[in-house]
Amino acid sequence: MNELLHGYLPILIFLIIAGGVALVILGASLVLARQNPDSEKLSPYECGFEPFADARAKFDVRFYLVAILFIIFDLEVAFLFPWAVSLAHIGLFGFFSMIVFLAVLTIGFIYEWRKGALEWE
Amino acid sequence: MIVQAICFYIFSAIAVASGVMVIAARNPVHSVLFLILAFFNAAGLFVLMGAEFLAMILVIVYVGAVAVLFLFVVMMLDIDFAQLRSGAVRYLPIGATVGIILAVELVLMFAAWVFAPEVGQALAAPMPGAHVTNTAALGDLLYTKYVYAFQAAGIILLIAMIGAIVLTLRHKPDVRRQKIGVQVSRRRTETIALVKVKAREGIGEEEGVR
Amino acid sequence: MSDFWSGYFWPTVITILEILLVVIVIAVAMAYLTYFERKVLALMQRRKGPNVIGPFGLWQPWADALKLATKETIIPSGANATIFLMAPMLLFMLSLVAWAVIPFGEGLVLADINVGILYLFAISSLGVYGIIMAGWASNSKYAFLGGLRSAAQMVSYEVSIGFVLVTVLLCVGSLNLSQIVLAQQHVWFFIPLFPMFIVFFISGLAETNRAPFDLPEGESELVAGFFVEYSSMSFALFYLGEYVNMILMSAMTSILFLGGWLPPFGITPAHAPYGTIWFILKISFVLFAFLWVRATFPRFRYDQLMRLGWKVFLPASLFWLVLTAGVLVWAGWLPARV
Repeated sequence: MNELLHGYLPILIFLIIAGGVALVILGASLVLARQNPDSEKLSPYECGFEPFADARAKFDVRFYLVAILFIIFDLEVAFLFPWAVSLAHIGLFGFFSMIVFLAVLTIGFIYEWRKGALEWE
Repeated sequence: MIVQAICFYIFSAIAVASGVMVIAARNPVHSVLFLILAFFNAAGLFVLMGAEFLAMILVIVYVGAVAVLFLFVVMMLDIDFAQLRSGAVRYLPIGATVGIILAVELVLMFAAWVFAPEVGQALAAPMPGAHVTNTAALGDLLYTKYVYAFQAAGIILLIAMIGAIVLTLRHKPDVRRQKIGVQVSRRRTETIALVKVKAREGIGEEEGVR
Repeated sequence: MSDFWSGYFWPTVITILEILLVVIVIAVAMAYLTYFERKVLALMQRRKGPNVIGPFGLWQPWADALKLATKETIIPSGANATIFLMAPMLLFMLSLVAWAVIPFGEGLVLADINVGILYLFAISSLGVYGIIMAGWASNSKYAFLGGLRSAAQMVSYEVSIGFVLVTVLLCVGSLNLSQIVLAQQHVWFFIPLFPMFIVFFISGLAETNRAPFDLPEGESELVAGFFVEYSSMSFALFYLGEYVNMILMSAMTSILFLGGWLPPFGITPAHAPYGTIWFILKISFVLFAFLWVRATFPRFRYDQLMRLGWKVFLPASLFWLVLTAGVLVWAGWLPARV
């Protein structure tokens, strides 16, 4: 148990150090460089004309679909990890149990494909 | 041990604080970001308990996938805060009713809470030895002993997949898609015609270039 | 009290020093990666590349860094300042923190955790946030579009990366990165799992937003994508993060498929320093392939990119996963539990 946690301590320290380095780098330019803001300089970039409308506009619903499908496949992968590790231990039954699981999801995948959900227009 | 305790208190304090900020933050995007912070600290707590696999899966699935979807939804919502606040009073009765019912239910549940008789047994059950990592320990049980639950998870995922498509898929008409098969199998003779053009005559209308 | 010193204090100090060493080495490697990128691209296009500052232009990266450091940090009006500054920091931190579990040689690893590969998978799945946050916080149309595109792209290729990882794990039976390397003592995995190696390499290109999948930046259409509005060191952090991620992806490729620190055909011993040298050589080779691809291929169109991810890589990697598992079970080649 403690051995396990000892493995994670360097990661925690690394996280703190990386954060520190990032802050120093970001701070360095604030200190080193001359700051001289100007309203034109600070306006968002838009090919020469004045920005019109809000930048955070509505976007295609497809991006959601991609995100949802990703969640589903990500979960599938999450189920696969322990399976891959203990496949030798759980034998043929475990193997076919996963094959059935994958087959069910493949049905979904084929449905998606036929419906054209994987098409990007 | 002391480092472990300090880490526990830091993680849980941040988790609780960011949980509060999720509902307190004005900007919904900030709320989602605080939610992510809460997930992270929960993952840290999992690690402290020795459940490293669960910690990583929490980060991969919840932070890496579910919260991305939340962020997508929230980012595109064009929320007008003034309007939102004026509407808040109108929904107060419904909100209050739902809240009270939930609170009552929670109280009832906790009042009636008893530990299952097997708990003592389960706690006393031997942990898999140090040589079995907890990923392997999970794998040994999930696909054989709990096969029905596992298959049910598969079916739920299938339903989610179909539901997502039914709800969000809208085909726009008149979209030209790339058909690779057609593109690749195109022959030279179908598209190019060599025409000998006589001087000053040009090619006729009927032979017009595509 | 002596327990505190020997039990906590000195190990922590040593860990901190090791981490600083790793960070410095990575920073230098990243600086020279930008130099080599320009040099390699130039040579492939029959130009000279940077050659003015220092011998063969070797001081060029440091000159660039100094220049960026003395520029003004611009926070656009209408931007959400906190998130705007957090995004590059997050991306940079993630690209560094991942190195904690990379084994540089036999036993040369900062954090030898049991779930190393999952840790890397988790870190790489978090990269999306830096990009979405940057795109949203800049309050610019180009940045927003670039951020969205990039998020959808990274997410699409992550699924196939996940399948590839599982396939490798099937042949190893452990999630620990050192074990993955040691499992390749007889044969490096890129030989039996060649199609997966290709899928992983290409998905790696897409995951790090490199050419030919650099649509999020697509300078000809989105100017620079999600980091249009960034300047000075906040821009540099993105740049650093991107290149460190490239090195990380190459390191992962070497560990998963090219035998990590193992020497080819056992021509040298595998222990330090030979192992680390082999590891660095392999990383450099994969990095060169990254640059080579950039010099060779034109950019993908977005619909083509999504199709490649969802309709080609996903089914192909799933099929290979099942096939590999089937063969291993059928032939009884599954690795015994360590």
